[in-house]
Amino acid sequence: MSHDVASMFPASFGYVAARSVAEALELMVKHGEDGKLLAGGHSLIPAMKLRLQSPRTLIDLGTVPGLRGIKEDNGQLIIGPLTVHADIAASALVRKHLPGLSDAASVIGDVQVRNRGTIGGSVAHADPAADLPVILTALNATFVAQSPSGSRNIAVDDFFTDFYTTALSANEILTEIRVPIPVPGTGTAYAKLPHPASGYVVVSAGAAISRQASGTCVAARIAIGGLGSGPLRAVATEIELQGKPLTPQIIAAAAAKAAEETDPVEDSYAGAEYKRHVAGVYARKAIEAAVERARN
Amino acid sequence: MTAEAEYAAVPITVTVNGAKHDAVVEPRTLLVYFLREHLNLTGTHVGCDTSQCGACTVHLNGRAVKSCTVLAVQANGAEVKTIEGLADGDQFHPVQEGFREKHGLQCGYCTPGMIMTAVPLLETNPNPSDDEIKHTLEGNICRCTGYVNIVESIKWAAEKMRNQG
Repeated sequence: MSHDVASMFPASFGYVAARSVAEALELMVKHGEDGKLLAGGHSLIPAMKLRLQSPRTLIDLGTVPGLRGIKEDNGQLIIGPLTVHADIAASALVRKHLPGLSDAASVIGDVQVRNRGTIGGSVAHADPAADLPVILTALNATFVAQSPSGSRNIAVDDFFTDFYTTALSANEILTEIRVPIPVPGTGTAYAKLPHPASGYVVVSAGAAISRQASGTCVAARIAIGGLGSGPLRAVATEIELQGKPLTPQIIAAAAAKAAEETDPVEDSYAGAEYKRHVAGVYARKAIEAAVERARN
Repeated sequence: MTAEAEYAAVPITVTVNGAKHDAVVEPRTLLVYFLREHLNLTGTHVGCDTSQCGACTVHLNGRAVKSCTVLAVQANGAEVKTIEGLADGDQFHPVQEGFREKHGLQCGYCTPGMIMTAVPLLETNPNPSDDEIKHTLEGNICRCTGYVNIVESIKWAAEKMRNQG
């Protein structure tokens, strides 16, 4: 191949197709900091073309059987980390139990990106402008991480630790995303203000709202994306809804508190004050949609 | 370990437009360059090279993907279809015909990607609305801004495919 044309190639690297999680774990030990796991590659390959990342060896998880798919087990949906966004968006199980997750998976990037990008890759990459971390926070997901010494569960509230940084250790592989199926009377939803060019999150909100037949809110988990290094729980909004009738006025007042005490990351498209304002707007949209689904 | 050994080329087998190809590729070879430079299938275009524009869209195991953001080694064992594999002999695919009938191209650079994105849509949704077509084409950019006729072309193809049953 000729490399004298002005093309964007990643720096040279070695490639190993892992055949099992155990083999991938061995390869991670062998290659240490020079190794990097490859899932769908839709965050990693662009970063490598820009030379923001230059791993010496890619360890491909795409060749490991059993890491892709969605199943129901003991009150949870268990999602394999190599499951692509398009399959999550189209899953009847997800639509039935976690429509908020369908919402989020169906607005990531574009059709082609959703056909390759994976849930595990997205959460492990932990882009602060990604969609899935936000809805998975609202849905109180748990991440199962396997290391050579065993596996452990990481709660979503402990998972996203900084910009592009998670609680996963260098010797761990994310093997499952577990999402509890909400109790009856719960609605879930995701609402997003996308950047008009990139499609990434400017601000987004995920909501899981449980209501009694009387219309009173019995539980609320709200997460906001785009404001910080990762998804933020809108605790003030959650407290404001708790035990109250879910009227439009109460929802609007609670949603307005979504960005309280946050210090949004500014960029050339959106300033901090604007982000704080639209966080309230998108929190309201997500809560209203979740309440509507909880009714049905 | 020498750099040569560390970055060793990898043997792959990829079925492209029905023909099986064995090759040995550098791991960093992107699928689009494997198609264009190894197989001389230059109908698949490179536009932005940053997974924005969709000019490089091909089918990987039946799904539209951006081949500038897939490593050739990730296509090992897979079936790839490019724009060259769409026609049935001399008979254009209805979506190709639609782009001709409805003037769905100006410079033509984005056209192979537009067509390869539209085909799976019509296979699963025989009668898409304008909105559904536009959403499906979110990841395909036309710098001539000929989107109106592109949507018309896909609607023309949808009708033809429905009539063919």
